[in-house]
Amino acid sequence: MTLPQRINGVLRRIPAWPIYIIGPVPGLWVFWLALNNRLGPDPLQVLEHSLGERALQFIILTLLITPILRLTRVSLLKFRRSLGVVAFIYVLGHLLTWVILDQQLSLAAIWTEIVKRPYITIGMVGFLAMVPLAVTSNNLSVRRLGPALWRRIHKLAYLAAFAGAAHYLLLVKAWPTEPIVYAAIVVSLLAIRAWWAFSRRAR
Amino acid sequence: MTYRFKTELRYSDVTPKPLWLNRRQLISGAAAGIAVGVGGATMAPAITRNSRYSVTEEPTELDVITQYNNFYEFGTRKEDPSRNAHRLTTSPWEVKIDGMVAKPGTYSYEDIVGNATLEERIYRLRCVEAWSMVVPWVGFQLSDLIERVEPQSGAKYVAFETLYRPEEMNGQASRLLDWPYREGLRLDEAMHPLTLLATGLYGEDLPNQNGAPIRLVVPWKYGFKSIKSIVRISFVSDMPPTTWNMQAPREYGFYSNVNPMRSHPRWSQATERRVGDGLFAKRRETLMFNGYGDEVAGMYSDMDLMDNY
Repeated sequence: MTLPQRINGVLRRIPAWPIYIIGPVPGLWVFWLALNNRLGPDPLQVLEHSLGERALQFIILTLLITPILRLTRVSLLKFRRSLGVVAFIYVLGHLLTWVILDQQLSLAAIWTEIVKRPYITIGMVGFLAMVPLAVTSNNLSVRRLGPALWRRIHKLAYLAAFAGAAHYLLLVKAWPTEPIVYAAIVVSLLAIRAWWAFSRRAR
Repeated sequence: MTYRFKTELRYSDVTPKPLWLNRRQLISGAAAGIAVGVGGATMAPAITRNSRYSVTEEPTELDVITQYNNFYEFGTRKEDPSRNAHRLTTSPWEVKIDGMVAKPGTYSYEDIVGNATLEERIYRLRCVEAWSMVVPWVGFQLSDLIERVEPQSGAKYVAFETLYRPEEMNGQASRLLDWPYREGLRLDEAMHPLTLLATGLYGEDLPNQNGAPIRLVVPWKYGFKSIKSIVRISFVSDMPPTTWNMQAPREYGFYSNVNPMRSHPRWSQATERRVGDGLFAKRRETLMFNGYGDEVAGMYSDMDLMDNY
């Protein structure tokens, strides 16, 4: 048995469901710290940013599964759905923090921001792209829609990832490291797929 | 507030006794006393609050003012300066004053501050990132120093530079900004009685992360105009290049007066968050000229402030 096969054998015995429980823990922890005023002088910004950054990390994890499979033959496919759902939970938490705590439910201000600020617009695009993914993240939807259509819908994940990385990059002043690193990772993961699609067609 | 020391006393309860001595001034005063043979009897002048130019709002807690800083010379995150700025040597310190002045030269910190009358001024601080604080600065009017060095008639602007010393300022290792950090004011803005050279806050010397040992404070402009750790002041005839304006001219103008009507291209400036008020604090309306319109609006009466942002 090859090493990837052995790893896959072990992975087969690890369930995916704990990800739904463990994944949101860092977010809940930071929210608890915020409630107890233990996030320093500006708890709102720390909470908002940490939820957004965590969302981006989980989105990147979902995009890593296929390249890992193709490059190493190690299959993490069974974990992708839960990682994606956790990513959506973080995006939703990030958005709700912005709507409720940052913009304080001022609908006019929220609408103006969405329309006028490119980084907010693109962030909302990312969120909206993830809604159908979250809604269809169950076996029933796969059966109802059929695997081909389901898979096509789930290509929206690429849009969400791109929007998330751009959202972060457009928000900052000057060019600090973190948003550039995230953008580089996301762009590479998307470029790999573009290259595969291109070489498949060329063949 | 669970993990914080809590007291009913407020800062305003303790300051009416204007006995906060600036340590540097005490030391230089005592040294001067020894020099003339008077011994330790010399009293440094007490620092009093200038109530005409102070707001009555509650000052932001000292911890917040010293741990939430934009000072990219020490890193881009708000907590970076409080962690890294201890490496900065602030004594000895010299400020080069040059350009169109009758008395150019390299002035020591002691020379500049020893000849000034320090006072306390509680100012609002509004960052371009839409947060704000209230800071009890200790300092003196920039106009005092300007009058002392006697600008020539051709001088129309004042340009400032921050220290460039990458060995002590870790953020300068990256090319994030075009170091040294530069800022500038029109001469009338620099001469305005609200414009301060600050050497302390909360009655003590400036912490390094707040721009020690000497920084500018221009309360009606966005915070980045208030350049920190100044080593050069030049009097020039043309509008000087300024760091954030060089970085993104569409986003940061030379004037950068606080203006709730003029959005930053990427975010609104209509409201602000008062840092230190907690997770559920209500946003505040941002005031034109940060609330200093009565004093400063006259300087811009013939300007379109939407174009001259």
